[in-house]
Amino acid sequence: MSKYEGRPDAVQALVRDTEVHKDLYIDPELFELEMEHLFANTWIYVGHASQVPNKGDYYTTTVGTQPVVMVRHTDGSVKVLYNRCPHKGTKVAGEVCGNTGKFFRCPYHAWTFKTDGSLLSVPLKKGYDNTGFESCEASQGMAPVAAVHTYRDFVFCRLNAQGVGFEEFFGPSLSTIDNMVERSPEGRLEVAGGVLRYMHHCNWKMLVDNQTDTCHPMVAHESSAGTAVRVWKEAPEGTPKPMAVELFAPFVNPYEFFENMGIRVWDNGHGHTGVADSIHAAYSPVPGYFEQMVAAYGEERAKRILGEVRHNTVYFPNIMVKGPIQTLRRFLPLAADKTLVESWTFRLVGAPDLLLERTLMYSRLVNAPTSVVGHDDLEVYERAQEGLHARGRDWINVGRLYDPAERGQVNVATNGTSEWQMRNQFRAWAKYMTASMKEGVRT
Amino acid sequence: MTSFADKELVDFVYAEARMLDEQRFDDWLNLFTEDACYWMPLAPGQQDPRLHTSLLYEDKLLLRVRVERLAGARTFSQQPRSRCHHLLQQPSVERADRDAGTYTLRTAFHYVETRLDTQTLFAGWATHELVTQEGALRIRLKRVDLVNCDAAFGNINLFM
Repeated sequence: MSKYEGRPDAVQALVRDTEVHKDLYIDPELFELEMEHLFANTWIYVGHASQVPNKGDYYTTTVGTQPVVMVRHTDGSVKVLYNRCPHKGTKVAGEVCGNTGKFFRCPYHAWTFKTDGSLLSVPLKKGYDNTGFESCEASQGMAPVAAVHTYRDFVFCRLNAQGVGFEEFFGPSLSTIDNMVERSPEGRLEVAGGVLRYMHHCNWKMLVDNQTDTCHPMVAHESSAGTAVRVWKEAPEGTPKPMAVELFAPFVNPYEFFENMGIRVWDNGHGHTGVADSIHAAYSPVPGYFEQMVAAYGEERAKRILGEVRHNTVYFPNIMVKGPIQTLRRFLPLAADKTLVESWTFRLVGAPDLLLERTLMYSRLVNAPTSVVGHDDLEVYERAQEGLHARGRDWINVGRLYDPAERGQVNVATNGTSEWQMRNQFRAWAKYMTASMKEGVRT
Repeated sequence: MTSFADKELVDFVYAEARMLDEQRFDDWLNLFTEDACYWMPLAPGQQDPRLHTSLLYEDKLLLRVRVERLAGARTFSQQPRSRCHHLLQQPSVERADRDAGTYTLRTAFHYVETRLDTQTLFAGWATHELVTQEGALRIRLKRVDLVNCDAAFGNINLFM
């Protein structure tokens, strides 16, 4: 008998005020239920419209564990379709990205589909005469994902036809995307510089939790950032500070820095570190950039845009955005103990190339499989993935700076080392896990 | 200008790999010029290390950080430590300017990295750009092209 399927009360009981049950991270059944409920009830990031600039351009990825293809339709709109031939199930779009022209053609039996998924043609069509083909599922073509919303070129989808609306789900958290877009003098971003892919043998939530965990950098990253700072101190006096040292150094700032930088907690699991200050706040100015921003927005607004120094913004459930350094990371769930992490970087259209160079260096130094910062993060996640199987303890503590009055409060800025944002994520987890789950019903 | 015979160039590449396998990282670091670079592209045939990201694109300062980090007491991802093994095909001398003392060698390799019970195999080609400094060979650029450079990897801990 299953522990959780059709038992919303049992799922809800895994999330307490200040702790969550270890099954969230290690139970394969809960993982399957996350894919069926959580990743279908919430708005999941698919990709950026700049990845499919021309009609017929497509990009294949997954939403939860569902194969999808994002495509620029002939009318210029971006569609998200399940990447499955309605005939025998073959994935229709084969490359990660490409251009399919005016239609998709399945490689198995050459059924073709318009770029909105509708069936265009079937070879030897006569063989289906008088078989009821017109009313069967296959004749409907490639299924579109139920709900798709493009916000400032960021394409999200919700797999379930019914559920929370896009604006209602994200609310004021969209201000981080706004800020990242506004950092371009032209108000436009483009995916650029390639995507770093990093395989983690741990649960996807460990990565999401870590985005607002400000008590680990000075411990876990002493070996990398701390060493970088120490080696730099040995450089001859007068040597210009390299960009790499500037990017590394704030990771080993003291606890006080992280307490003071603040965390903002929004509804539905979203939130961000870096309210008053952040590890991205003190980078050297890029020559010519501020002048471009003033020309585009006026001085006051330019200062306000660049004065937002948000560190990690969690868009629940599975992406993180760094506005000041134009990065988006996706935590793609593969299994209860396996997660693919993608680091995407953006060019601020119209801004100096040095900004792209800086985000690429950051990504390489911090988020690559060859990154010394990421190494120690992955090590602690994988140790947790093993350790959580221990019988001696069943719960994970997220009680730091808990206040019973925090329940129901949203859009609040709090102490930068609080675990409130993690608790916010777990409350949203329980809410969207159980939203479409009915007691005693096997789905 | 000291001139190096092909065999000396080839032996240099073998010796470099051996230093890595024997974890003599300080000696290894001394093989690099002060303006050297170690590059592992992310895309096949990548030409731009600046506006396209890479797995690694590090100057000597960052290489020194890596080497010192490996020896650190709180380098948790190296507790326990990794080990590695290079299997090199014979390097070929692609270019030799003996008057300028600069040489380019290309070496196909299989590289194995181990940690705990996991052994991971990587395959690719190393390109060494060597220069002559004070009568000795030094590396100005080591470029490592993996055959699956765009794959999703776990931690790659040591040096190829």
